[in-house]
Amino acid sequence: MKAWQRYSGLALPLLLLLLWQGLASAGIVQPMVLPSPVAVAERWWAALLPPQAYEAAQGSYLTWLFSGELPHDAAASLWRVLLGFLAGAIPALPLGLAMGASAAAYALFNPLIQILRPIPPIAFIPLAILWFGLGNPPAVFLIALGAFFPILMNTIAGVRSVDAIYLRAARNLGAGRSTIFARVMLPAAMPYILAGMRIGIGTAFIVVIVAEMIAVNNGLGYRILEAREFMWSDKVIAGMITIGLIGLGIDVGMNRLNTHLLRWHRGGEK
Amino acid sequence: MTTSAYVSVQRVSKRFGEDANAVLALQDINLEVAHGEFVCLLGPSGCGKSTLLNMIAGFIAPTTGSVRVDGKEVTAPGPDRGMVFQEYALFPWMTVAQNIAFGLTIKGLSRADIAARVDGLLQLLKLAEFRERFPKDLSGGMRQRVAIARVLALDSPILLMDEPFGALDALTRRTLQDELLRLWSELRRTVVFVTHSIEEAIYLSDRVVVMTYRPGTFKRDQSIALTRPRDPAANDFNALKRELAGLVTAEQQRHVESERRGIAVD
Repeated sequence: MKAWQRYSGLALPLLLLLLWQGLASAGIVQPMVLPSPVAVAERWWAALLPPQAYEAAQGSYLTWLFSGELPHDAAASLWRVLLGFLAGAIPALPLGLAMGASAAAYALFNPLIQILRPIPPIAFIPLAILWFGLGNPPAVFLIALGAFFPILMNTIAGVRSVDAIYLRAARNLGAGRSTIFARVMLPAAMPYILAGMRIGIGTAFIVVIVAEMIAVNNGLGYRILEAREFMWSDKVIAGMITIGLIGLGIDVGMNRLNTHLLRWHRGGEK
Repeated sequence: MTTSAYVSVQRVSKRFGEDANAVLALQDINLEVAHGEFVCLLGPSGCGKSTLLNMIAGFIAPTTGSVRVDGKEVTAPGPDRGMVFQEYALFPWMTVAQNIAFGLTIKGLSRADIAARVDGLLQLLKLAEFRERFPKDLSGGMRQRVAIARVLALDSPILLMDEPFGALDALTRRTLQDELLRLWSELRRTVVFVTHSIEEAIYLSDRVVVMTYRPGTFKRDQSIALTRPRDPAANDFNALKRELAGLVTAEQQRHVESERRGIAVD
């Protein structure tokens, strides 16, 4: 790739930013409807910074550095995503392996799965609040639901795509059922499983924002809704951009993990 | 029945499918392979040679008759009958060393023992510098060396080989044939080798069994008395080749005709 191509993707966002600034500066639209990028950046920066000056007596420098509102909200959201993702992935993985490997397990679970799967996690919000009250539990439940199905479906597809020749080779080499599961089926299905996890974490991120708008009083979703109440559109956009940046960060991280775990895969490594 | 034979196939038939669509793949097969013997099963596709090999490996059960290896009835695949597949069947998510170690870890050997065995096999198969590579980074010939090492690691007294060199180019193929003969004479394993190459069968084996097209039966059980290393350009080699070619071609012809009649479902 040529050098200019590598950075060509930055041109459009920059152009959009300029257009946006121009529109705001020209005074055509009210700042409340569309605040200028500079105002958004200022708001974002203010939320990022610690509210008070550093005092050694208050605690470590690092705690102080991350004592701003934005780092707190981002951490709260990420923590929920992590908990929900794990709560979804941990049952999805073994169930997917079982349903992929055994026709009996598939026949048993598939009808229920197919009925539940099309229901968006958002539709569970009223029940989630009834069942789990307010706070983190309903949010984690909803996120888990969002992460569960993509991982499950991909794990099933992954196990089914395992070439029979590997199973034959493993049996020939003396492998029993559990060895075949752990050392043949699971790694062979890994490209599918990781793709499912990537979709799952994306869904988890969508669900966390929605859940935070309803059930909790911190996190990025909550902060955006709060800003809306005060008509702080610059803060709303600042929150949205933070979500975008964190989402990008997670995706880059997942991509790295993918490349590392699938370095054996064709085209996985240069 | 027979006590001297290491592999003993007795009156084996194999039928695939039901009723009208059933295909009789093997009919009344009797085969005995002595300890340390190198036997090739030769025939056109559809003659059931791979089916027979898969029965010895324990992947397929005979419809009638029995297969015994080392006096024991074969009922399931196992590490006492190591198999080398044409498609290599290496685990792509494991390095060369991990692939070779797979059977050893199942046997529950200690880490140190496994490392020592793997090192030895890497040396034996001239794979030492590839130990940390993944299969995707190896050529076909190298992959098949790893597959052979993986099976040799099991110490199984018999090697079952299903057209192992079929996908390789001619030069690599000859190199690996020579390697296999070297290993065979060093390690004294019994080998049952499936091929459709007449030259390969004569070049390698003590005995060539020519099989007929469906239903698979034995057409000729030919001992190869030529001294090793054999020269494929020599007159006696070519005389044998011509003779076996006549048999195989006739069966190939039946295969083609039957396909033309639309009977074959292979």
